[in-house]
Amino acid sequence: MNELLDPLLLSRWQFGLTTIYHFLFVPLTIGMALTVAIFQTAWVRTGKTHYLQLVHFFGRIFLINFAMGVVTGIVQEFQFGMNWSDYSRFVGDVFGAPLAFEGLLAFFLEATFIGLWIFGWDKLPEKLHLATIWIVATASILSAYFIIAANAFMQNPVGFRINEEKGRAELTSIWELLTNPVALAAFPHTIFACFMVSAGLIITVAAWHLSKNQHLDTMRPTLKFGLWAMLISGGLTTLAGDQLSLAMVATQPMKMAAAEAMYETSTGADASFSIFTLGTPDGVHELFSIRIPYLLSFLSTHTFDGTVEGINNLQEQYQTLYGPGDYTPIIWVTYWSFRWMIGLGLLHIFVAVVGLWLTRKGQLPTNKWVWKAAVWSFPLSLGAMIVGWVFTEMGRQPWLVFGLLETADGVSPGVTGIEVLISLVVFTVVYGSLAVVEFRLIKKAAQAGPAPLGDPDEQTGKPLVHTTVY
Amino acid sequence: MDLTVLWFGIIAFLFIGYFVLDGFDFGVGMAMPFVSKDDTDRRVVINTIGPVWDLNETWLIVAGASLFAAFPEWYATLFSGFYLPLLLILVALILRGVSFEYRHQRPERLWKQRFDRMIVFGSAVPALLWGVAFANIVRGVPLDSGHNYTGTVFDLLNPYALLGGVTTLLLFLTHGALFLVLKTEGPIHSRARTLAFRAGVVTVVVAAVFLAWTVLEFGTLPALVLAAAAAVALIASVVANIRRKEGAAFTLMAFTIGFAVLTLFASLFPAVMPASNDPANSLTIANASSSPYTLQVMSWTALAALPLILAYQVWTYWVFRKRVTRSHIDSAAHPDTEATVEAAH
Repeated sequence: MNELLDPLLLSRWQFGLTTIYHFLFVPLTIGMALTVAIFQTAWVRTGKTHYLQLVHFFGRIFLINFAMGVVTGIVQEFQFGMNWSDYSRFVGDVFGAPLAFEGLLAFFLEATFIGLWIFGWDKLPEKLHLATIWIVATASILSAYFIIAANAFMQNPVGFRINEEKGRAELTSIWELLTNPVALAAFPHTIFACFMVSAGLIITVAAWHLSKNQHLDTMRPTLKFGLWAMLISGGLTTLAGDQLSLAMVATQPMKMAAAEAMYETSTGADASFSIFTLGTPDGVHELFSIRIPYLLSFLSTHTFDGTVEGINNLQEQYQTLYGPGDYTPIIWVTYWSFRWMIGLGLLHIFVAVVGLWLTRKGQLPTNKWVWKAAVWSFPLSLGAMIVGWVFTEMGRQPWLVFGLLETADGVSPGVTGIEVLISLVVFTVVYGSLAVVEFRLIKKAAQAGPAPLGDPDEQTGKPLVHTTVY
Repeated sequence: MDLTVLWFGIIAFLFIGYFVLDGFDFGVGMAMPFVSKDDTDRRVVINTIGPVWDLNETWLIVAGASLFAAFPEWYATLFSGFYLPLLLILVALILRGVSFEYRHQRPERLWKQRFDRMIVFGSAVPALLWGVAFANIVRGVPLDSGHNYTGTVFDLLNPYALLGGVTTLLLFLTHGALFLVLKTEGPIHSRARTLAFRAGVVTVVVAAVFLAWTVLEFGTLPALVLAAAAAVALIASVVANIRRKEGAAFTLMAFTIGFAVLTLFASLFPAVMPASNDPANSLTIANASSSPYTLQVMSWTALAALPLILAYQVWTYWVFRKRVTRSHIDSAAHPDTEATVEAAH
């Protein structure tokens, strides 16, 4: 009973659950805002009505998703204080600034201009209205930067000193904080991955309609757009991921060792990357594995004869540095999340290449299995994103702020297990039921396809101005 | 100037912005059942705040993040101490926010009804609980030497705090009704005007008791002046509504809320979270604040950004200055509903 009501364990579950849930909506907000902005630009520049249809079509999906992103985002900000008050006390001087910057410089822009975009169709001049969606897209990307800079401080604390008297970290350089090498690598990696998720949604939707031979005039170019977006953002995500793993090896070598479940320090061919491992249930001994020699050495150091430190070695080092304790993350979580992230990510680059080949010169594949597979693009790319974050955050454990504060020391001392259990149950029920509603609405909007436009205006020849009301 | 004082002022400003703006959103949500007779009416009501509710709510996010950055101890103590009330507020804000977007996605009556209820609930709960929370901050709560809240959720439900909650609920209801007076025409307009009058009269009585209690028990001279200003503005607002001066009534109500929030902050200063059990455990602007460097960085950013933020938000309200009418709702091409109906066939 006492274990069940452990505030630390419950708070960790709650933070994980609510954060993963929030992040189901964030990538679509970031990617779909840009997608809608691109389609609307195409409409304004070319006047081709199918672009306007796509703006309304993807705009609607974007907005259903946007509302959930907004309301679950408030929970994220409140939770640091509610469940992690000692963490907030310890890092607030440093960590609070990027959050406040996000609000002042990005959220206000996003929240104001989204209203102008939704309701401004008949109230703003065409080009000004187009500008509003670009501002939304830019602000959502900017807000991601501040959040990632804040998160990067937890992975690799920089730009601070410890104030012993107050028992907290204090900011010494906002510039160092915002140019944290981990943030500089994690930001493009995350943003391009967000674009992959949106490309995944576009491919899924287009493939579903094309496989039914409907909405060909809009969905054919949409599929092409989605496949190219997937290929480009997939390539860039991979390149940025490579930079991120170099930064990770330099700052959190334990995370890389845990990603490979490599217990002993290895060099060159021995620093291999296993695609699959079957081990004993305790996870300490390996029974069978498929390995690519040199790959881990290359990923970690960009050389084939590099040395990659093992878990046991690092554990010893950390004990000398930080005192007795277990400094290894949960290995099976890091090992498998790292593999699934890379595997699903590369799969989508493959999907994009195959898709572009099959649709070259305006062809459409006739094999129904191709379409069935393509429809999985969205859930699988979203899955890649989620396991990527699970890897990043679980690989940081047992630290909350690497080297400075352990997760166990950050939890709110005044909040009881019962209270956290109540909130965990409430969030699970509310989020769970909203997920069902949300999924059905998006599915329905996507399956309805782009709606036909009204009759064109007699004077200008352009379709009737769209007015939005709730 | 001491930056901790400046940030105490900025936090007060951000909460005034939040309560004045999201305050009328809450009021509109609560007023909806009283001023509408059918679905078109309800849509008129919701559309008066449609373009702006998200930006209004963002004031809370910015206020919270600024509190975190400028006064980490205050943020940590307040948010962990008021755990369950804040949970309720979060759930209410979640349900309200998605309801605006989901309500019109399907044509069925039951579907809309469900989300209408969530809008009313999601507006009333925060309107009540923010008052409870702020009254408790002013009143003081038991804190240990590590500044952790040592009471239970029931300690927060004392008479003074509950009166504070009823006060904000009524203030926001009147504020929202006055906003509807300003933004609608015809029957909704007259019903909103009547509601604003009735709610306004009750608010005058309740708010007078709450403000007097605040000044007498916790107040300073500035708090007395501000409470008096709030009372004058409130009465003037009710009078302006009777005289059909719509713009003046709404503006005076905004000032009432602003002065009321200032009264609470003035009663607090220089404490930010007084400890009711032992004054030595109180949080003040001195022991709750961030380091001078952080406050400096934050000050430059906030002072540069806020004028711009105010400018584009005022412009947004200007763009959507027209009244929302039934004919506007009926004639609006509604591709969402049409698409839904088509898909249903």
